Amino acid sequence: MSVEFLISVIITIVGASTPILLAGLGELVTEKSGVLNLGVEGMMLVGAIAGFATVDMTGSPWLAVIVAALAGAGVSMIFAVLTLSLRANQVATGLALTIFGTGLSTLIGHGYTGRPIKPFTTIFPDALALHPIGRVLFGYSPLVYFSFIMVALVAWFLNSTRPGLILRAVGENDLSAHSIGYSVIGVRYGAVAFGGAMAGIGGATFPLVLTPLWAEGLTGGRGWIAIALVVFSGWKPTRLLAGAYFFGLLGTLELYAKASGTVFTALLPSEGWAALPYLATVIVLAVISASKSGGGNAPACLGRPFSPSA
Amino acid sequence: MIKLNRRTFVAGAAAAASLPMLAGRASAADPLKVGYIYVGPINDGGWNTAHEAGRQQMLKKFGDKVTSQDVENVREGADGERVLRERYNRGDRLRYATSFGCMESAVKVAQAFPDVTVEMCTGFKPSSNNNLSNYNIRFHQARSVFGTMAGMLSKTGVGAYLATYPVPEVVSGINSFTLAARRVNPNFKTKVIWLNTWYDPAKEADGARALIDQGADVMTQHTDSPAAVQVCESKGVPTFGQGSDQSQFGPTMCKSSSLDLWGAFYTTRTQAVLDETWKPEDTYWGMKEGALDIAEIKNVPDDVKAAALKVKQGWIDGSYNVYSGPIKAQDGTVKAAEGAALNDGDILGMNWLVEGVDGTMPS
Amino acid sequence: MRLKFEKRPEPSRFMLYATPVGAVIITMIIGAILFGVIVPPPSHGFVATPAVPPPVDLGTILSGIGSHLSFGLQAVYQVFIAPLVTSYKWGDIAVKASPLILIGVGLAVGNRAAIWNIGAEGQYVVGGLAGVGIGLLTQKMTGVWILPSMLLAGLIGGAVWGAIPAALKNWFNVNETLSSLMMTYVAIHLMNHMVTGPWKDPSGFSFPQTPLVTPSQTLPIIVPGTYVHLGVVITLIIAVVVWFLMSRSLFGFQVRVVGSAPNAARHGGFSQKATVWMVFLLSGGLAGLAGIFEVTGPFGQMSLGFPQNYGFTAIIVAFLGRLNPLGVILAGIVLAVTYVGGDLAQSSLQLPNASKGIFQAMMLFFLLASDILIRYRVRFISNAPAPVASAAAMRSPAE
Repeated sequence: MSVEFLISVIITIVGASTPILLAGLGELVTEKSGVLNLGVEGMMLVGAIAGFATVDMTGSPWLAVIVAALAGAGVSMIFAVLTLSLRANQVATGLALTIFGTGLSTLIGHGYTGRPIKPFTTIFPDALALHPIGRVLFGYSPLVYFSFIMVALVAWFLNSTRPGLILRAVGENDLSAHSIGYSVIGVRYGAVAFGGAMAGIGGATFPLVLTPLWAEGLTGGRGWIAIALVVFSGWKPTRLLAGAYFFGLLGTLELYAKASGTVFTALLPSEGWAALPYLATVIVLAVISASKSGGGNAPACLGRPFSPSA
Repeated sequence: MIKLNRRTFVAGAAAAASLPMLAGRASAADPLKVGYIYVGPINDGGWNTAHEAGRQQMLKKFGDKVTSQDVENVREGADGERVLRERYNRGDRLRYATSFGCMESAVKVAQAFPDVTVEMCTGFKPSSNNNLSNYNIRFHQARSVFGTMAGMLSKTGVGAYLATYPVPEVVSGINSFTLAARRVNPNFKTKVIWLNTWYDPAKEADGARALIDQGADVMTQHTDSPAAVQVCESKGVPTFGQGSDQSQFGPTMCKSSSLDLWGAFYTTRTQAVLDETWKPEDTYWGMKEGALDIAEIKNVPDDVKAAALKVKQGWIDGSYNVYSGPIKAQDGTVKAAEGAALNDGDILGMNWLVEGVDGTMPS
Repeated sequence: MRLKFEKRPEPSRFMLYATPVGAVIITMIIGAILFGVIVPPPSHGFVATPAVPPPVDLGTILSGIGSHLSFGLQAVYQVFIAPLVTSYKWGDIAVKASPLILIGVGLAVGNRAAIWNIGAEGQYVVGGLAGVGIGLLTQKMTGVWILPSMLLAGLIGGAVWGAIPAALKNWFNVNETLSSLMMTYVAIHLMNHMVTGPWKDPSGFSFPQTPLVTPSQTLPIIVPGTYVHLGVVITLIIAVVVWFLMSRSLFGFQVRVVGSAPNAARHGGFSQKATVWMVFLLSGGLAGLAGIFEVTGPFGQMSLGFPQNYGFTAIIVAFLGRLNPLGVILAGIVLAVTYVGGDLAQSSLQLPNASKGIFQAMMLFFLLASDILIRYRVRFISNAPAPVASAAAMRSPAE
C-alpha cells in the first residue's frame, strides 16, 4: 500500500465525512437545547438544491454556501413554529419536514438535472494544493476547513460561554431556566435555526464539492446518519468529529472493499459494511444509556415541548 | 427470445402501448396514442434522455397521426402497474416501457388487455396475447470501440469498469470492453466495482475514485449519472460516457460516449402499428441498423481515433466481432473456440466474466 | 396585539374532529396557490439553455396569471378529487391505503402510550423477508396452508424486529425513537443483501429480485377486475378489532393511561415495561403483516424497490387519524388518494411526482399546527396592561 494510495483514501474519507459532520454539528446544538429535529435529511436536500442553483446562476460558490445556509434555516423555521410556538409533536413534525424538504428540493431541482457546475475547490495555491503529499492537508474545499473550525467554535460556545451555558440549561431543565428568566422558546428558535443552517451547508457540500451536478435525493440518506451520529457522539462536539470520520471511514472502506475484491467481503458482505454505522450507533446507544441512570448524556428535555407553569 | 436488459425492458412495454391498430378500430382519424414509461427523470443526461430523444424523433415523423404522453419516475411494483393501467384507460394503445424494472407490470398489462401493444426494453418475457415484444440494443458494440481505445490509451494496462448489477447487459459490457482492449494489449486488465445501484451520484463518484486509486488509468461506467465522468475529468483519467453525449461533464477526459439512438426503432415499430402490420418480434439492433453510435471522438491521438472508427465500421460491415473466438472465461473454460463466435442467446444471457477481468461476479 | 393561548378546561371534541378535515382543506387551497406560482415548465426539462422570456405586457401578464391559477386548481383537482370521482380508481385507492392503514393502526396504539415506533418501515421489510423465506421453502409445493403460513411468518418477523427497540428500551433505557430508526436501516441493508445474493431468482438473469410468488402464495383477489386483494379486507377487520380493543378493553385502557399519566399508571399497577413490549410487538407485527401482504399481493416478489416508505407515511396517517383506528382508516384513504392522484396529475398535467410529498407534508404540517387548538383556546390580547385572565390562563399540566 503506497503513500500515494493512502493519501487518496484519506482524501476520499474526508469528502465523505464532511457533510455529516456539518449537519451533525447543527443537530447537536439543536438537541442540546432540548429539541429533537428529525427533518435533517429534508433540510440538507433543500440546502443542496439552493446551493446548486446559486452556483448555476451566479457562478459564486461562496454565495451558494450562504444561500444554502439561509435555505436550510428558512425551512427549519416551519419546524420551529410548529413545535415551539404551537407545541406540536416534535417527532411527527420532523418527519413531515423531511418529506416536505425532499419533495420541495426535487420540485425545484427539476429543471437543473443534467447540468454540471464548477466544483468548489481549494483556495490554497496550486503548489500546495496539488502537491502529492501536501494535498492531504491543503487540497480540500474551504467547506472542509470550515467544518473543523465549526467543531472548535461549537465546543467553545457550549462549554465556555454564557450563552452556551444558557442553551445547555434550557436543554437540561427548561422550567428552571424559565424561572430564572431566560427565554426558553427564544433560545430554542435560535438553536433550530442554527441546525437548519448547518444542515443546509452540509447538504450543499454534495453538489459543491463531491459530485458537481444535481440529482433527486442527492444526499442519499446522509441526514439520517447525521442524526445517528449525534447520538453516537454522546452530544459532545469533539466526539462528533471522531464519529463523523469513523462513519466516513466505514463508508469508504465499503467501496474500497468492493474494488479490491475478496478480503473485505470475506469478513462481512458489502451490505453488512453499509449497515455497520447504524448497528454501531445502536450499540453505543445501549452502552451510554445504560451506564448513567436516567438516559445517559441526552439533554433531559430532549423531545419534550416546553410547558411553563404560572 | 429477447433477453431482458433491465433498462430495455421497460422501454419495450411503453412501445406496446401505442398499438391501437391491433384493437381493430378503423381509427383513420383518431391519432394513435403512444405511452412511454420512464423509470427515472427524462433529463438524467443518460439513459432516459436518449429514449426521450427517440420519442421526439418518432413524433416529428408522424405529426398528428400520433399523440404521445410520457410518464417519468415510474417505480416498479404496484405503482408501475397502476400507471400502466391508467395510461391504458386514457387511451394508450401502444406502450414503450424503457426499463427492466417495469417488466412484470408490463407483462401483466399485456396479458390483461389484448388490444394494447407493449414493447419492453431489455425484457425477456412473452405474452400469450401476442401483443408483447422485447427490444434491445447491442450496447456491447460501443463498449468494444471504447475497449479498443482504452487498450491504446492506457499506460498502466489497467482499466476500470464502474458496474451496477451483474445483469447480462452489464456483464456483456465488461466482457466486450475487456476483450477489445486485450486485442490491442494482451495483458490488459479490467477492475470492476459492483455498486448495486443504477443512480446514486455520490456513491458513483466514490466508486470511481476508489477504482482510480487502485491503479486504473482509463475508465468506463454503466451508471445513469455522469458523476463518474466528472471524477475522471478532475483526475485526468480518460473515460467514455454512456447513453448520450456526456462530454460536457468531462470536456477533456470524456473521449467519446455511446449514443443510444432509439428514434429509428420507435419510428419503425409505431409505423407498423399504424399500418396494422405489427407482429410480436424481438428487436436487437446495433450500429448497422443505426440504433447505436458513438459521439465524436475528441482529444485522442490520431491512431487511436482511427482504430476506434475502424472497429465501428467493422460492426457495420460485419468485419469485426468482439465475440468471435477464442474466448476464455475467468475460470479457464473455453466459451468460444477459435473460429466460432458467441450467438445472441449467449450474449443476452451472459453471466460469466472473461479472462482479464479483475473482479468476481457477486454470488 | 398578540396571541395568548388559554388552556381549555377539557380538550375540545369539536376541534379533535374538525382539525384533520380543516388541514386537508387548507392544504388543497394553499396547494392550489403554491402550484399556481411554481408551474413546472410545459414540455419538460429537455432544454439545456433557458427559454426565451415571453414579451411583458398587460395581456400576457393577465393571461399568465390566469393560466397559472388554472394550473394550480387543476393540480389540486387531479391530486385530491379526481381519484374519488373516477370509479376505476377506487380499487387502486384501496390497494394503496391498505398497508398505510394496517401500519398506521399499530402506530396509533403506540403513540397513545407515548411510545414512538419510528421503525415501522424496517419491521415492514423484515416481515416481508420472513414471509419470502417461507415462500422460497415452499416454492415447489401446493396447498391451502402455504399462504397463511407466509402471512404468519410476516407477522412474527415484524414483531421480532419490533422487539429489538423494545428490549433496548426496557433493558438499557435506550430512546426508542432513535433505536427503532437505526434498525430500519439495518433491515433495509439486510433485505438488499438477501435480494442480491442468497435469495436472488436463479432464472432472473441476475437481476436483484427474488422469484415471483407462486399461485398458492398469492393473495386472492376479492373484487374481480381490480387488484383489490384479501389483505385489504383483513386490514379493515384488524382496524376495527384494534379500535374495539383500544376503546373497550383493559388493554386499551392500560395503553392510554400509561401514555397520558405514567405516574398514575404505576400506582395503578400497570407496568410501563410490559406496555412497551406489547406495543412494539403489536405495531411491529402489524407492520410485518403489511409487508407480507405487499409481497403476496401487488408486488409479487421482493426486490430492491420494495421499501416504499409506507412505514414513514403511516406515521402521518396515524396522526391525521387522531390515533384512533377508525380515524386511521379515513386518513389512510386520504393519503392513498394523494398517491393515486399524484399519478393522475403527472399523467395529465405533467406535474412532477415529487409534488405528492409536498401535499402530504403540508397536510401534516397544518394538522400539527392546528393540534394546539384542541387543548388551547386562542385569545387576542391587546398590549394595554391587561387585567384578568392572561397569567392564570397559561397554566398547563405536565404533558
